[in-house]
Amino acid sequence: MATQELRQATANSIPSYTEFHPRWYRPHVSVYWWLGQRQYLKFILRELSSVFVAASVVLLILELRALKQGPEAFALLQHRLQSPLALALTTISFFFVVFHSITWFNLTPAAMVVRLRGKRMPDFLIAAPNYAIWLVVSALVAWLILR
Amino acid sequence: MAEKITLEIARYSPEQDTAPHFQSYEVPVHRDWVVLDALNHIKDNVDGSLTYRWSCRMGICGSCGMMVNGEPRLTCATFLSTYANHGNKVRVEPLRYFPIVRDLVTELSDFMAKLKKVKPWLVRHQERPLSEGEFLQTPEQLDEYKQFSMCINCTLCYAACPVVGLDPVFVGPAALALAQRYNKDSRDQGAAERRAFLAHPEGIWGCTFVGECTRVCPKHVDPAGAIQQYKLKAAFEWMKSFLMPRGHSNGHAGTETSHR
Repeated sequence: MATQELRQATANSIPSYTEFHPRWYRPHVSVYWWLGQRQYLKFILRELSSVFVAASVVLLILELRALKQGPEAFALLQHRLQSPLALALTTISFFFVVFHSITWFNLTPAAMVVRLRGKRMPDFLIAAPNYAIWLVVSALVAWLILR
Repeated sequence: MAEKITLEIARYSPEQDTAPHFQSYEVPVHRDWVVLDALNHIKDNVDGSLTYRWSCRMGICGSCGMMVNGEPRLTCATFLSTYANHGNKVRVEPLRYFPIVRDLVTELSDFMAKLKKVKPWLVRHQERPLSEGEFLQTPEQLDEYKQFSMCINCTLCYAACPVVGLDPVFVGPAALALAQRYNKDSRDQGAAERRAFLAHPEGIWGCTFVGECTRVCPKHVDPAGAIQQYKLKAAFEWMKSFLMPRGHSNGHAGTETSHR
């Protein structure tokens, strides 16, 4: 009982803790935060690259549709894609798709932990199969188109 | 190496200022001095009103984290001589995205509240009697969570993460990594309890994988990795519950196994 009284007396003597201080300075985050650091810019470009990946998929679907419609439709699409604007857009898309693939392949080891005989496999062994499959599929597609 | 270096230190006095401003101090450069030594030199010899946190001076306590030339760093592990040949100026600011109490001191109660929510302790549904002895772990079981257990709560990862700044409800990297530290511990049974809080837009799904938290972590904890691994697990769990709604276990059993 005496211990309880002592505890209560001690608790009463401690000034109450002020959880919310009214004069904190709260920094404002600028809408241009991503321009402040190279890594942030790289992240935003990686996110932006998704738009170009989507655009490439749409283009692929259009090409397949034109292919299905016949040689004339395909030739018309090819002709349209040779305009300076289309060429510029496809070139930019190509670089963004490559950037997207490389950055995501490099990030896979962070998400996937593979253990072999109790030891975690090194990062490059997780990322390497992605590159290998990418190369094989690209070579296959190139062979189908260029043969 | 230059003999003197200029420290531009962010100052903020809540009683006098409406916003922080910079004050310059010239300090000598010694080969073995870290930024914290320079701050202590200023505090002891030049300006006693300079306010900042520090304790262990050896990268263990995690209290001396500050922005050094725009990078979140432990000032006890950042050598002054590194900056002596780079413009001879070092800009020291409080950790980014946190409210500032005074000068270089940040307010951490929001972080502490978030940390508590992820239950960073061993959760047991029923404690075993002491007579049954200790819980034993194999080196492989220890290896599962050891990296995440190195976190010292220095909050450098919060200052590196733009999501923390843009979305104040985001739980943040250190708390999520610590949740994984316990989820992956073979003695823990709290994975299901944590999941309600973690597999949430404010939890792991708030992370956009910028990856800066991992880059700045002084203890190589890899919070970004912890979050992505949990995302993968949560997605599998969701798929399992979708495909097998009756047979699906909610993971209540955790990962606890007995090794004795």
